[in-house]
Amino acid sequence: MWEALREAVDEEMERDPTVCLFGEDVGHYGGSYKVSYDLYKKYGDMRLLDTPICENAFMGMGIGAAMTGLRPIVEGMNMGFLLLAYNQISNNAGMLHYTSGGQYKVPLVIRGPGGVGRQLGAEHSQRLESYFQSIPGVQLVACSTVANAKALLKSAIRSDNPIIFFEHVLLYNIKGDTQEGHCQSLERAEIARPGSDVTILCYSRMRYVVLQACQQLEKEGYNPEVVDLISLKPFDMETIAKSVRKTRHVIIVEECMRTGGIGASLSAIINETLFDDLDHQVVRLSSQDVPTAYAYELEAATIVQPEQVVDAVKRVAGSARQLVAA
Amino acid sequence: MALSTLKQACQLSRLAGTLRPAIYLSARGFAAEPAQEESETITLEVNPFKGHKVEPPSNVVETNKDELFDMYKTMFLMRRMELTADQLYKQKLARGFLHLADGQEGVPVGMEAALDFDDSMIQSYRDHCTYVGRGGTMKAVFAELMGRVDGPARGLGGSMHLYHREHNFFGGVGIVGEQIPVGTGLGFAHQYRDDGHVAFTIYGDGAANQGQIFEAFNMAAIWNLPVVYVVENNHYGMGTADSRASKSPQYYTRGDYVPGLWVDGMDCLAVKQACLFAKKHALENGPILLEMDTYRYHGHSISDPGSTYRTRDEVSGIRRARDPIEHVKQIIIEHGWADANELKRLEKELKAQVNADVEEAKKSPFPPEEDFYNNIYVDGLGAKLRPIEVGMDKIQLPKGPRGPSADASTH
Repeated sequence: MWEALREAVDEEMERDPTVCLFGEDVGHYGGSYKVSYDLYKKYGDMRLLDTPICENAFMGMGIGAAMTGLRPIVEGMNMGFLLLAYNQISNNAGMLHYTSGGQYKVPLVIRGPGGVGRQLGAEHSQRLESYFQSIPGVQLVACSTVANAKALLKSAIRSDNPIIFFEHVLLYNIKGDTQEGHCQSLERAEIARPGSDVTILCYSRMRYVVLQACQQLEKEGYNPEVVDLISLKPFDMETIAKSVRKTRHVIIVEECMRTGGIGASLSAIINETLFDDLDHQVVRLSSQDVPTAYAYELEAATIVQPEQVVDAVKRVAGSARQLVAA
Repeated sequence: MALSTLKQACQLSRLAGTLRPAIYLSARGFAAEPAQEESETITLEVNPFKGHKVEPPSNVVETNKDELFDMYKTMFLMRRMELTADQLYKQKLARGFLHLADGQEGVPVGMEAALDFDDSMIQSYRDHCTYVGRGGTMKAVFAELMGRVDGPARGLGGSMHLYHREHNFFGGVGIVGEQIPVGTGLGFAHQYRDDGHVAFTIYGDGAANQGQIFEAFNMAAIWNLPVVYVVENNHYGMGTADSRASKSPQYYTRGDYVPGLWVDGMDCLAVKQACLFAKKHALENGPILLEMDTYRYHGHSISDPGSTYRTRDEVSGIRRARDPIEHVKQIIIEHGWADANELKRLEKELKAQVNADVEEAKKSPFPPEEDFYNNIYVDGLGAKLRPIEVGMDKIQLPKGPRGPSADASTH
C-alpha cells in the first residue's frame, strides 16, 4: 500500500505545484513508511519538507500555508503524535472556515498511520479517529485497500476541506492493484462483500478481519454484507441505510475503543434513524477500553479477532435463519 | 511591579520629550510614502531601539505631514472604536468576550506605515485595531460584535475572529499562542512563492511562554522564513504582570538565535521604523523578533476592571506620559500644521463618523438560518453537513424567537 500512497502523492505533486508534504523524516529519509521515498530528489527540499519534531507548530504551519492557498499534506509519523497538535487541528483547521464566515479555506490533508500494530506499546497503538470525530469541519477518511488508498488520497489532496486521512501501520505492505488517475469520493462507503443476512460495518484493517471471518461464515451458509465505511465523518448514511434496510441486522466492527468510538456514534445514529428497519439491536465489536499491552496475547485480546465476528454474526443473524427454516 | 513599570514609563517619557526640532531632509531612507512637497518632510528622534544579536536601526525617523495626519486620524478612530465597543457591550448589543486595545493603537498604525497589503498578518484575539489597520471598516467590526451578517465573519466569529482575506489578514484567533505556528506557515507560503513579502505574526507577553512559539522560531530560523514575530508587550497577561510569568521578560531576547529589537510601542513612528527594518531583515536574513513596549488602558477583557493587579495611578501615569495619540498630536501642533482647536473640530467629526458607523451596523440583519450549517465544509467534492437523520434533507432549527433580544423586526 505504501507504493500506492506514494504514487498518489507523486501524481498530485506533479499535477499541482501548490501541493507539498511536511513531516518528520519525509524528505531525505524517504518517510518512515516509505510513502515519500525519494520524492525529494524530484521536488526539492521545500516541497518535501523535513520538519523538526514539533507537531503543534508544524501542524499550525501547514494550516497557515493552506490558508494562503497552498495544499500541504502534513504527515504524523504516527497518528498518536498528533495529539500534540490537537488544538491546531480543532481550532485552526476544523473550525476556521466557519469562524471566518467562509473567507478562508483550509485545504489540508493530515495523514499518518494509526491502529494497533505488532507489540508497539500503548502510546504507539492509538486510534485517533474517535478523538477527532467530534471536531466540526474536518472530514475523517480511512483507507483500507491498495486501490482505495491511492484513489482516496488523491481526492483528499484535491479537496478544499481539511481531511484527516487514516492509514494503518499493518497495511503498508499489502499488495494490490491501483487504477490509473482514479479519484474516489471521500464520502462514499464501499461494499466490500455484497450479501443479504447481516450488515457488517467496518473500516481500515477491520475490513480484513471481517472478510476473514466471512470465509468461515460462508462455509456455514451465512451471507453477510460487508460495508467498509471509508468516510468516518460524515457517515455515508445513504449506503448504510440501503444495506440495513436489506438485511435488517447490523454489526459494527471497529478497532477504536468501545467508549466514545466511531461505533458508538454510528450505533446511536442507526438506532435513532433506522430503528424500524432493525430486527435485532445493533451489535458493536470494539477494542477494549484499555491501553494496548505490549505482551502479544494481551494485545491480541484488546482488538477484535475474526472468531468474535463469526460469533456475533451467528448470534445476530442466526435467529433470522432459524425463523426462515421454520 | 507597578512602581517599576511607572518608573520605566517616566524615564521613557523624559526621552520622548527631547525631540529635535524639525530638519528638512532631501535624502530618503527606506520610507514608503513619497512626500507631497519637500518642505513637509521632517525627521524626528524616537526612543532608541535595543538590539539582541542585531545592530538596531537609527532612531532618527523620517515622516511627513500627510503621514502624521493619517496616523493621528487612524489612531483616533481606533480609540473611539474601542470605547464605542465598550459601550455596545454595556448595552448588551455585543456579548461574550471583548478584548480592547485602546492604548495600543501605535502598534498597528506604525506597522501598516511600513507594510503593504500583500504582506500577511495574523494577530491574537485583541484584533479590532489590527483589522482596521489592515483596511477593515469600523462598521464591519461593530457588525461582527453585534453578531450581524455584515461583519467580516458574517456574525459567526465574533470579536476574536475578524479576518480580511483580500488584505491578507488571517485573523483573530481564540486560543493564546495558536496563531504563531500559523503565522510561520504564512511566512513559509511567502518563501514558497518567492513573492518578496513577509508575514507579521503578532502575539502578547502572555503568549510569549508558549512552547509552540519556540518550535516556530526554530523552524523559521532553519529555513530563513520571512517572518517578523511581534510581541505586543502590554506588561500584563490578563492579571499577571510579565515579570511574574516570565523568567526573562525581555521578550526581544527570547528568540535566542533569532535576533530581536526592543521598540517603544507607544510611538507609532518608532514602530514604523522598526517594521521597515524588520521587513528588510526578514526578507534578507530570516526571522526577527520585535518587542513593542505598549500598554492597554482597559483590563484584559470587558469583565476585567484592570485595577486589581495595577494601580489607577499607573494607568493614568502612562496615559499622561506616553499616550500614542497625544504624542502625534503634539508633533502636529509643534510643527504648526494645526492648532488645538482645529484638531478638536477634527476629532468631533471623527467621533460623529464612528457613531454613524455604529448606527449603520445596527441596521445589518442577523445571519440567516442557512448560515447555521453553511461554511462548515467548503462545497468542494459535495461535502455538506449531512443531516444526521436519514430522510431529512435539512437540519431543523428550533422554532421560536432567535437572537439575544429576539428582535422580530430583523427577520
